[in-house]
Amino acid sequence: MSKFKKQKSGDLPAISTASLPDIVFMLLFFFMVATVMREDELKIENKLPNANQVEKLESKNKLIYIYIGKPSAQYQKTYGVTDVIQLGDKISTVEEVQTYVNTKRNDMPEDIQDEMMVSLKVDSGSKVGVLTDVKQELREAMALKINYTAKNGDPMRNLKK
Amino acid sequence: MAKRSAPEVNAGSMADIAFLLLIFFLVTTTIEVDSGIQSKLPPPVPDEVTPPKIKQKNIFQVLVNQDNRLLVENEDMEIKDLTAAAVKFLDNGGGEGPAGCAYCEGERDPESSDNPDKAVISLVNDRQATYNTYVTVYNELVRAYTILRNRESNKRYNESYEDMYLRYKEWPETEKETPEYEKLEEQVNLIRDLFPLKLSEAEPQES
Repeated sequence: MSKFKKQKSGDLPAISTASLPDIVFMLLFFFMVATVMREDELKIENKLPNANQVEKLESKNKLIYIYIGKPSAQYQKTYGVTDVIQLGDKISTVEEVQTYVNTKRNDMPEDIQDEMMVSLKVDSGSKVGVLTDVKQELREAMALKINYTAKNGDPMRNLKK
Repeated sequence: MAKRSAPEVNAGSMADIAFLLLIFFLVTTTIEVDSGIQSKLPPPVPDEVTPPKIKQKNIFQVLVNQDNRLLVENEDMEIKDLTAAAVKFLDNGGGEGPAGCAYCEGERDPESSDNPDKAVISLVNDRQATYNTYVTVYNELVRAYTILRNRESNKRYNESYEDMYLRYKEWPETEKETPEYEKLEEQVNLIRDLFPLKLSEAEPQES
């Protein structure tokens, strides 16, 4: 009997923490996969409205983004407080839209140039006026497939303030 | 008392905590997929072309003014009633003879649209209207078309148009030669032709 009792007096074996790094990696990979990288740094406010008749957008390489909205706080001194257009990384004028779209289109591989689509990311608080000017320019540039990018949600929530 | 090594801190529960976190994020994170309302712009019109005449009764006029108020067919309207009004207009089927509409279920009011193919919704915005209102109105008008397409599709194929279209869109790229796909494509196109989306946006008015 005394033989067995002696064995009990040893220290508890250390619990291996080798699986912790695995878990951290799991988290890391999850976020790496789930995170959508922003293409352009936004210099304007851009809160998208809700809509329920939305379709998923085509793959990114067929899309051209145009942002419209009020300049965000730190740019208001330079660009004022009325709605402006952002093309790529910089705030631009309406006249530059055509050139921008055409340059972007020429950068695409030739076989998908026809499938190009313009994603209009317009801040929900902005006025329709600037958007209309942009649409006129897009017509001139023959970029006719457009998309009012919106969140999938109840559109009536847009109207509540 | 013999020498005893310092007790090690048990880090085993750290894993549990990490798992809790992981599950929490898994549940709460919404992976943002870009989505939006599809639309097509009309190509630029050459000056010498005069636009075709459309009968007044085939136009459903929606005006949005600078206070974001809605004027539909010269009457005030709340946005929540817009879809129903648009459905009623599109589905009217008031035409006679070849302009008639066999699949319409509307009231056949001779003062309203002839058939969904002729019916045009015209949306005019004031420049000072907000984008919020614009998107909502646009969404409600597209919804009217979706409702009608769903109805027709359910009647013919026992499947809503939205489901059918989703299936059509997500068909695997490698299996597009199969007869099933061609049949589906035909069905989708037929429903679309029965209720073609005719939403025209005139130049907005200056306030």
